[in-house]
Amino acid sequence: MMNARQLKQRIMLHMDPVLLAGLGGFMLVSLALLYSASDGSWGRVAAQFGNFMVGFAALWIVANMPLHWLMRIAVPMYVLGMILLLGVLTPLGVNSHGATRWLNLGVATVQPSELMKIAVPLMMAWYFEKNEATLKLKNYFIATVLFLIPVGLIVRQPDLGTSILIGASGFYVLFLAGLSWRIIIGAGLAALVSAPFLWTALHDYQRHRILMLLDPSQDALGKGYHTIQGMIAVGSGGVLGKGYLSGTQTHLDFLPERTTDFIFAVWSEEFGFIGNLLLLGLYIFVIGRGFIITANASTYFTRLMAGSITLTFFTYTFVNMGMVSGILPVVGVPLPLVSYGGTAILTLMLGFGVLMSIHTHQRLVKT
Amino acid sequence: MTHKIELKDHQREIYFFRLRLFLSVGFAGLLLFALLVRFFYLQVLRSDYYETMAESNRIYVVPIVPNRGIITDRYGVVLARNYAGYTLEVTPEKIADMDQEIAEIGKLVEIKPKDLRRFKKLMAERRSLQTLPIRTRLTDEEVARFAAQRYRFPGVEIKARLFREYPLADVTSHLLGYIGRINQQEIDVLDKAGIAENYQGSDYIGKTGIEQSYEKEMHGVTGFEQVEVDAGGRAVRMVSRTAPKSGRNLMLTLDAKLQQVAVQAFGDYRGALIAIDPSNGEVLAFVSKPGYDTNQFIDGIDTESWDALNNSPDVPLNNRALRGQYPMGSTIKPFMALAGMYYNVRSPTYSINDPGYYTLPGSSHLYRDWKKDGHGRVDLFKSIVVSCDTYYYGLATDLGIDRMHDYLQQFGFGKKTGIDLEGEVSGLLPSTAWKAQRYKQIWYPGDTVSAGIGQGYHLVTPIQLAFATATLANDGVAYRPHLVKEIQHAANEPQPVPQPLFDLRIPPEQLALVKSAMVAVTQPGGTAVGASLGAPYSIAGKTGTAQVIAIKQGEKYDAKKVSEYNRDHAWFIAFAPADKPRIALAVLAENGGHGGATAAPIARKVMDYYLLGKLPQPLPASAAKTGTQSD
Repeated sequence: MMNARQLKQRIMLHMDPVLLAGLGGFMLVSLALLYSASDGSWGRVAAQFGNFMVGFAALWIVANMPLHWLMRIAVPMYVLGMILLLGVLTPLGVNSHGATRWLNLGVATVQPSELMKIAVPLMMAWYFEKNEATLKLKNYFIATVLFLIPVGLIVRQPDLGTSILIGASGFYVLFLAGLSWRIIIGAGLAALVSAPFLWTALHDYQRHRILMLLDPSQDALGKGYHTIQGMIAVGSGGVLGKGYLSGTQTHLDFLPERTTDFIFAVWSEEFGFIGNLLLLGLYIFVIGRGFIITANASTYFTRLMAGSITLTFFTYTFVNMGMVSGILPVVGVPLPLVSYGGTAILTLMLGFGVLMSIHTHQRLVKT
Repeated sequence: MTHKIELKDHQREIYFFRLRLFLSVGFAGLLLFALLVRFFYLQVLRSDYYETMAESNRIYVVPIVPNRGIITDRYGVVLARNYAGYTLEVTPEKIADMDQEIAEIGKLVEIKPKDLRRFKKLMAERRSLQTLPIRTRLTDEEVARFAAQRYRFPGVEIKARLFREYPLADVTSHLLGYIGRINQQEIDVLDKAGIAENYQGSDYIGKTGIEQSYEKEMHGVTGFEQVEVDAGGRAVRMVSRTAPKSGRNLMLTLDAKLQQVAVQAFGDYRGALIAIDPSNGEVLAFVSKPGYDTNQFIDGIDTESWDALNNSPDVPLNNRALRGQYPMGSTIKPFMALAGMYYNVRSPTYSINDPGYYTLPGSSHLYRDWKKDGHGRVDLFKSIVVSCDTYYYGLATDLGIDRMHDYLQQFGFGKKTGIDLEGEVSGLLPSTAWKAQRYKQIWYPGDTVSAGIGQGYHLVTPIQLAFATATLANDGVAYRPHLVKEIQHAANEPQPVPQPLFDLRIPPEQLALVKSAMVAVTQPGGTAVGASLGAPYSIAGKTGTAQVIAIKQGEKYDAKKVSEYNRDHAWFIAFAPADKPRIALAVLAENGGHGGATAAPIARKVMDYYLLGKLPQPLPASAAKTGTQSD
């Protein structure tokens, strides 16, 4: 029989307390902000608490999985993800608000692109690990195809935010796997050179949409409304903020999507510049821990996996804060671990579970 | 050995990986720093700007329209008032299919074809995001019926507000004017004057008459309510309120009853009448007939009614009193007589022998007197009493047009009187210089002859003639005619007291002579013999006829032969009591023919009411008929 202490040890065996503390901090921030953003009603707060609980459970399970298990599920997971993603294109795809991102499986409606957030880097890391001894240019090319196909399918849904995140996670794997600088720079230059040609090849309405993304004030009451109201919320927060539950932009309904994509504006308005420094600090804390875990990862697979997860988490943060504060176009990326939404939290927690597994299992191996 | 190489490779691999990871950390750090800079910019450097933006998001300023000042006559009879009522207003931008919407509204609230026509006209003239009334003066029942179905009509709302109403619209139309919906031109004017802000929320502005000229006083100061609103524009709570300041009430110099008596006295005649208190310039009656119902202009008149008014041969929209220009006819004679004495061209005792015509030296052209056989011996006194044309043909020739011009100008002819109404015209007082400039022609002696009896180029407005009559009545001391007696004011606020405009310093004996002749005009032997019949006060007057069409040489004017609109206009100027005048007036009866017959009785009814409080009764039958058919 295990006593309490042993039980605790058993539970915490594959947990990283530092990372866990950071994630706990995010949960508190998220719940407090949701309470404010939903004008003091507990509905979303309770639901989000449930999301976190499910997320932590998933994290614990994944963290306790040995690394070779992860290696083993990489290919089936990727294949399953691709099948579901293609399924979205069939009549089983569910259209909502002009985008077809969901798949009706009869029992439940799932969003395959969320699964791909984990499946794509896992697959690529597995692929590089398999071919570690004989890495050639060909392998990088195949790895590129492995992430570009799902990205292309997701862009078509359309879901710009998710495709950017998956594309970024794929690129991070490529980069950390040692993709030649010549190719990176060459591809960058090629993109720059071809941009004007691509621009002229676009339809007028497509150009219009791109311009609108870049300059929201052109459509202040339409798509630009989100950005402008977000910037007003952030800016009017000032140094110290308007105080918890006292944001006028938030509580008088001016801020759109304030429990989801624009929740950062709520934080900014109510806690000001100082609050933003603190929140940014929390993100840096978690990202930094991720980098440390990455740096200490012992295998090629785990290094690529941990690096991609950490950098993708950073990308999530940067894109969301950037779009709310008006330096990036609004592409529909939630604020990681804070925005309301069960799927995003589950996916993120799975990622952190992988990080913990990487960290704790190799430590066990070493000692 | 191989193991050693593998180990070395492994370390190399880790080294390169960590290099790349380090670069990634740097990259992430750089971008996070960019975010930090952005936050600093938004929240520290520009926070004032965004605070203002958030504030203007949140705070909606609702203007509160002040109550417009009411207008009463000198005794407090209300001439323009406000009453609370409901309108059904539409914001066209919010409605996809207007015809369909109107049809739906029509099921709840009656919309007459007239309302629809007026609404269409407003649609054509509207400003963006303005609400337009589809129906005014809703009954309580209609309000209740629509309110219950309100949710079905986004963009249509019931508005409670004050409406303007003119209880005596028909008789006061030309002096009160009316308010109407503000148009773009008026907005531009307000903008330029820098007072557009005071008109936020105001839909109406004075368009004509007193409503126009005292707009500033009567509009009041718009109040504001700051309301916190949510993104849907719903008011959440009131933040602050600045009460509006009501416009000032006006008390006119007008005597509403007198005004009504005057309008009635005209009967079916068109024309104008202005009665002035000569001792201070207060306008007691101001009539331009026909009038029209100004109430229909307030919320926009429909096209058909407008066309009917605008195309009527009676031109009801024309303010004859202020803007009508007519030859003054023989009413010029008392002023000419004074000019003759002023320039020592005629002495009171000088007389002529009137053969019934006048000729210029060296010309065979006959300038006929209205009396074919002439008046015999005529001196200055008699020339006025019998209105002898021959006497004034000669006087005019001896004075010359330029001296006539200079003298008559002193009485205010040829220029605006400055009455407190907009749109006054200046008439025309001819001179050689004027003709040279206007027609590039020299002045002919013949022009002067007809000018002597008030025909030819010389044109006056009824208000000018009333003003000159009042000045004469007041012994040459003139007061600016004005319609507003008092503007509502605080107890300690000083009010202007009418000051004399000028004093002509007419020698008393000359004044007495002309005035006594004018009294004789209204007595047996005079041209307006009926005018003072039975009056317990003395009346000084002068008749006049303004020719509408020229009579050919050797032809006699026959009223029966010319169409109604081409008949002569009848003038009568008068003041009473003659020795201490309390009222001076000018009456014009368009196409009325003879002044003594048509214009004088009108004047008499007005004076009777004013001086005796006597409501008009039919004058003695002899009054109009026994007067010498003269001019």
